[in-house]
Amino acid sequence: MEKRPASFYFLAAFFALFVLFLYGPTVTIGILSFQGPQGGLTFPMNGVSTYWFADLFREQAVGDIWGAFGRSLMLGLMVMVTTVAVSVMAGLAFRKRFRGSGLLFYGAITSLVIPSILVSLGVGLIFNQLGLKVHWATSGFGSQLTWTLPFGLLIMFAVFNRFDKSFEEAARDQGATAWQTFRYVVLPIIAPSLIGVALFGFTLSYDEFARTLLTAGSYNTLPLEVFGMTTNVTTPVIYALGTLTTLFSFLIIAVFLLTVWITNKRRARFGSDAGKGV
Amino acid sequence: MSRNVIGWLQAAPLAAVLGCFLAAPIVMIVIVSFWGATEYSIYPAFQFDNYEFLFGSAVTYKVFLATFKYAAITWALTLTIGFTVAYFLAFHVRSLQTQIALFLLCTIPFWTSNIIRMISWIPFLGRNGIANQTLIDWGLIDEPLEWLLYSDFSVILAFVHLYTLFMVVPIFNTMMRIDKNLLEAARDAGASGWQTVWHVVLPLTKPGIMIGTIFVVTLVMGDFITVRFMSGSQRANVGRLISNDIGLLQYPSAAATAVVLLLTVLMVIGILLRFVNIRKEL
Repeated sequence: MEKRPASFYFLAAFFALFVLFLYGPTVTIGILSFQGPQGGLTFPMNGVSTYWFADLFREQAVGDIWGAFGRSLMLGLMVMVTTVAVSVMAGLAFRKRFRGSGLLFYGAITSLVIPSILVSLGVGLIFNQLGLKVHWATSGFGSQLTWTLPFGLLIMFAVFNRFDKSFEEAARDQGATAWQTFRYVVLPIIAPSLIGVALFGFTLSYDEFARTLLTAGSYNTLPLEVFGMTTNVTTPVIYALGTLTTLFSFLIIAVFLLTVWITNKRRARFGSDAGKGV
Repeated sequence: MSRNVIGWLQAAPLAAVLGCFLAAPIVMIVIVSFWGATEYSIYPAFQFDNYEFLFGSAVTYKVFLATFKYAAITWALTLTIGFTVAYFLAFHVRSLQTQIALFLLCTIPFWTSNIIRMISWIPFLGRNGIANQTLIDWGLIDEPLEWLLYSDFSVILAFVHLYTLFMVVPIFNTMMRIDKNLLEAARDAGASGWQTVWHVVLPLTKPGIMIGTIFVVTLVMGDFITVRFMSGSQRANVGRLISNDIGLLQYPSAAATAVVLLLTVLMVIGILLRFVNIRKEL
């Protein structure tokens, strides 16, 4: 193997520092969440305990975080399923030109670049004027979709740009209907990417703050609850909560990545099962 | 069925969501920006008071300037860091497996909570935080530095922390498609390492840089929560102007500011989109 140039070591060090910069703070609050009961928000550690984690289960200490967690989980799943379904359909639509496709594409880009607070404000105003109550499952759900769908759509563009059309042609030549071609040929081929879209849909929803701020109504989602805590909680309990939510996010990411990995492994072992039917 | 009809049916759900939760809210904001407000309620009207007040106030210009300043500094830093990291991953890491693993290592924080990631800077930057303690221990300073937390510094630090990823991903994606033979050709022609990066890699990476720029600039310009949290409410940008008005129930005034902000962002994006065809680059 070729000898590494000096620049490699410099860049590797830079990369290591970048990773430290990314993860350092998270690790720090992870450590600090084990503060003793008398411990404060910074070092030194005043003993080691799981006191603050236990505090999370005392209702009066932190408000309704478990209710908020349940709502965020539910909302995340709703957004995830909708994002996958709508993105795939739109991705298929954009493979061919149709009248209005340019407009819709720019709509999606606008949705991506528009300041989140505008969506929050606008949706809030509409519900207000129509006399409807804002609720996380209606106005909150719709507002979050304006953030997740453009990501889903962009991923679908990337997928279909690399899609080999001859698979579909072969299926059609064999007499498959349009639906059969999609169900037994296209869908299995794009499946791993759909897991990626699902990951974006869930995590972006689960962590979304600005778009739900004025659209969640009287029941907070978890990020809103956490933000509320930052203004009135001055104990390490907030670190404990942060550590738990981050661990939960890591778990979700691991599940998704593992699923992709297993799917690819299976595919490598058995060859593509596209076109073989069920 | 005609091609158009199938396309429309497949695109209908996306169009419906964007219509109800993007287009309609924008229209609503534009309408409300002409309304009037009392202390407790808003009433329909067609008046330019909100805009007159907005453009007549010196605060507006200061805050817009601050917003551009945040965007420009964050852009420069994320671009430098993002380009360097992507360059290392794309050209110095040799096996694809390692590349994917390191790339994922960079992207995972993107899927975790921004608010928690902001909170996690407090033990670092606080008056008695790790940074100050370390500097005092090393004898570099005698007094704790006051500007580490709740300052422009901490705001920009948080922006860079949260958004560098949006540069790394598109730049890495573009770099991976650069034909490695071009680098070899540059070297054979006698180019130094720097010259290769500057004259070969950088121009070929432009589309990725543009996409990253669009993300970073719009995220920073539309932000209100990072500025509020990391500056301890001591700094302002346009997003905070809007959210403060919302807090005071002054929706028409918030809407007018929002309209101006939206136009500003769309103008910036319009200019940037002239340099790149997003659909081709994915």
